Amino acid sequence: MRPTPKAKDRPRFRLLFGDLWEYDPAPETADPKLKDRYDLFIGGRFVRPRSGRYFPSINPANERRLADIALAGASDVDAAYRAAAGAFAGWSALPGRERGKYLFRIARLLQDRAREFAVAETLDGGKPIKESRDFDVPMAAAHFFYHAGWADKLEYVAPGRRVVPLGVVGQVIPWNFPLLMLAWKLAPALAMGNCVVLKPAETTSITALKLAEVLQDAELPPGVVNLVTGAGETGAAVMGHPGAAKVAFTGSTEVGKAIMRQLAGTRRKMTMELGGKAANIVFDDAPIDQAVEGIVNGIFFNQGHVCCAGSRLLVQESVARQVVSKLKNRISVLRVGDPLDKNTDLGAINSKGQLATIRRLVASGVREGATMYQSPCELPERGFFFPPTLFTNVTQSHRIAREEIFGPVLSILTFRTVDEAIEKANNTAYGLSAGVWTDKGSRILRMSTELKAGVVWANTFNRFDPSSPFGGYKESGFGREGGRQGLLDYVGLE
Amino acid sequence: MNRIPVTKTPKVYIGGAFVRSESARTFKVSDRSGAFFANVPQCTRKDLRNAVEAAAKAGPGWARRSPYNRAQILYRLAEMLEARSAELVGSLVRFGAREADAAKGMAVGVDRLIYYAGWCDKYAQLLGSVNPVASAHFNFTVPEPMGVVGVIAPDNPPLLGLLSMVAPVIAGGNTVVALASEKIPYPAILLGEMLATSDLPGGVVNLLTGFRRELVPTFATHAHIRAVYASANAEESKVLRLGAASSVKRVRLAETAGREWVSDSAQGLSLIGDFVELKTTWHPIGS
Repeated sequence: MRPTPKAKDRPRFRLLFGDLWEYDPAPETADPKLKDRYDLFIGGRFVRPRSGRYFPSINPANERRLADIALAGASDVDAAYRAAAGAFAGWSALPGRERGKYLFRIARLLQDRAREFAVAETLDGGKPIKESRDFDVPMAAAHFFYHAGWADKLEYVAPGRRVVPLGVVGQVIPWNFPLLMLAWKLAPALAMGNCVVLKPAETTSITALKLAEVLQDAELPPGVVNLVTGAGETGAAVMGHPGAAKVAFTGSTEVGKAIMRQLAGTRRKMTMELGGKAANIVFDDAPIDQAVEGIVNGIFFNQGHVCCAGSRLLVQESVARQVVSKLKNRISVLRVGDPLDKNTDLGAINSKGQLATIRRLVASGVREGATMYQSPCELPERGFFFPPTLFTNVTQSHRIAREEIFGPVLSILTFRTVDEAIEKANNTAYGLSAGVWTDKGSRILRMSTELKAGVVWANTFNRFDPSSPFGGYKESGFGREGGRQGLLDYVGLE
Repeated sequence: MNRIPVTKTPKVYIGGAFVRSESARTFKVSDRSGAFFANVPQCTRKDLRNAVEAAAKAGPGWARRSPYNRAQILYRLAEMLEARSAELVGSLVRFGAREADAAKGMAVGVDRLIYYAGWCDKYAQLLGSVNPVASAHFNFTVPEPMGVVGVIAPDNPPLLGLLSMVAPVIAGGNTVVALASEKIPYPAILLGEMLATSDLPGGVVNLLTGFRRELVPTFATHAHIRAVYASANAEESKVLRLGAASSVKRVRLAETAGREWVSDSAQGLSLIGDFVELKTTWHPIGS
C-alpha cells in the first residue's frame, strides 16, 4: 500500500461523539424459565442418566452456572435408541396429515414462548439477544412450520419414486445455533416419518431440553424424539449406534471425518454439514456502503461462530483501501458486551476453549506477517470475549486464510480480475458458501456458476430460509438441509 | 495354409488415447475354454493418477457443454454400440456369458445410454428448484457436476454394469475414471474403442484395467476424485469409506447385483442426483 491514502479513499464524514452519546443499558428481562437441573429426554419423559452424573452449563458472558445437564452414557444412548425404535412403527404409519399437525403445533408453541427461548439461548450460548430474538428462534419455528406442510406430500418429494422413512436417525448438532440446528435436524426427519435420537452440543443443551417441554405440550408421541446430552463420547455413541438407519452431523470437518471413519465399515447413510472458509468477494462496482454492512454481517454475525461465515474477504484492488478504511471505522463502533443487552452487536464467545482457539489462530496471523487491526472496544472483565478483528496483507498460504477460525476475525485479500477472484475463492478445501458484491446481474450469475460452494449470496450474506437448500461442496460436507432437496436425505427410495 | 489372424493388443483408454500401463505390466486373460486370449494392461496407481489428471482436464469443458450437446453425444455413443453390438456380444460370450444373456445385456446397455441421453437436458428441472424465500431474493437451486468421479465396475455383468454406472455420471456433467471388471476386462477395452469414435471428448471417460486390490485404495484416497460409485464387496466398501473420509469424498455403493442390472430399477434420475452438487443462489430483487 502507498504511504499516503488518496483523499477519495478516506471516508468524507466521520461522526465523532466521544462518550457524549453513550447508550444506556437496555437488558432484555424476559424470564428464561430455566430449571436448575435438566435430565435426559427419552421416551417422552425426562429421565435421570444411568450414571447419575451431571455437568454444568455456564453462561459464557459471566462464567456463572446456569443449570446442571445430565451426562448420557452408552446405556442411556441405547435406551434412547430403543425408545425411538419402539415409536417408529406407530409414527411412520401415521397418516402424513396427522404427523404434520404435530409439527405445526410445535411451531406454534415455540412462537408462543419465543422471547423466553431467545433469552435462554442468549444466556446459554452468549449470542446477542437481538440475534436470538430476531433470527434463531423465529427461524427455528419457521423450519417446523415449513416441514410440517411436507408431511402429507411425500409422493411429491422424489419424482417417479415412492419414498419411505428410514427408521431411527441419529443426529449431533453444534453449539453455534443450538435451537435452530435442532429445528433443521428434527423438522425434516420427523416430517418424513423418522424417529430421532439427537445430541445437542455440551455447552448449549438448554434450549434443546426446553424444546422437549414443547414436544410434551404438543403431545408428540413418546419416543419419536429423544434427546441425550453430553460431550464427544456421547456424540460418538449416538453416531456409532447400530440402531441408527442414518446419521446426520453438523460440526467441524475434523469431527465429521472422524465419524466417516467410525462408520466406514457400515453401509449407514450419512449427511455431513461441516466447516467453511467462505470467500466474500467485493467488486469495484459494488455499492460499497452496503457491501461493508454485508461484510460485517458476514463475519461478525454470532461472533463469527458460523460455518458459512464470510471469513475471507476478497476485495478488488481498486477499492481495497476504501473498503478497508470503512471497515475499520465500522468495526470500531460495533458494541461488544452483555449479550442480553438489546444494543449489543457482538456477544460472548461460546466457550473458553473456543476463545483459546481464536486467540491461537489470531496469534498465528500476526506471526506469519499479516497486519492486524482490532476494534479498540472495551471488553467485559468476566466472561469470554474477543474484539472484532481484521487482518490485511494476508496471503493465501496464511493459516488465517486457510483454517476455519470460527470467531470474529476477518482475513482480507485482494484481487484484480474476475478470474483471479474465482481462483482465489475456490482455493480452499472447503466449499460451503460464498458472497458476491457487484452491481452487475450477469456477473453475479457468472460468479455463482464458477464458485465451488453450496450457497452463493449476491449482495447479501448469511441469509437462510427453510425453503432454501443449504449444504456444502468438497470438505464442507454432503447432503442438504432445507427445501425439497433437504427431504431426500431423510427418506429411502423404493 | 490357413491365414494367421492378426491379434489385437488390448490397451486402456486414458485421456482419449490408447495406452499401455506406464509400468508395462500386463496380466493374462483366458477365454471360456481356458485358452490364452491376450495380455491386458495391469494398471498401477500411477496410471490411475494419470487418468484422474486427464479427467480433471476434460472436466470444465464437458461441464460447460450444453445439456443438449451432452445428450447428443450420449446418443451417438449408443449408435456406436448398437452398430458394433455383435462384436461386444461376441466378447461377452467368449469369456463365459450365455449368448442370450449377452444379447439381452447389450440391448439394455444401448437402451440405457439413450435413456440417460434423454435425461441430460431434463434432470436440472427436476433436481433443481426456485425457492420461495421470505425475503426479496430470487432464490434458486441448480445441480452442478461434482467433478471427477471414480467408477468401480462389477464383474457380473462386466459390460452392462460398467455402462450403467458410467452413463448417469457423465450425463450429469462429470468426468469419469473407471476400473473395468478384473475378471472380464476385455469388453471394456472394446468399449474404449467405441468411446473414441463417439464424439465423447477425450478424458471424459477413462477406462482402466487391472487388479482391484491394487487400485481400490487409491480410488478411496485420491483427493481429486470427488466421488466414487462402486460395485464393491464389504471389505472394499470399508476401504473406500475409510479412505474417503480424509477428503470428505462422496461414496455411492451400487446396490444392484447380477441379473438386476438388466432391470429398469438399475437406472434412474436418483443416480444422476447422486453425482451432482446442489448450488443455491440468492440473487437480489430490486431496482
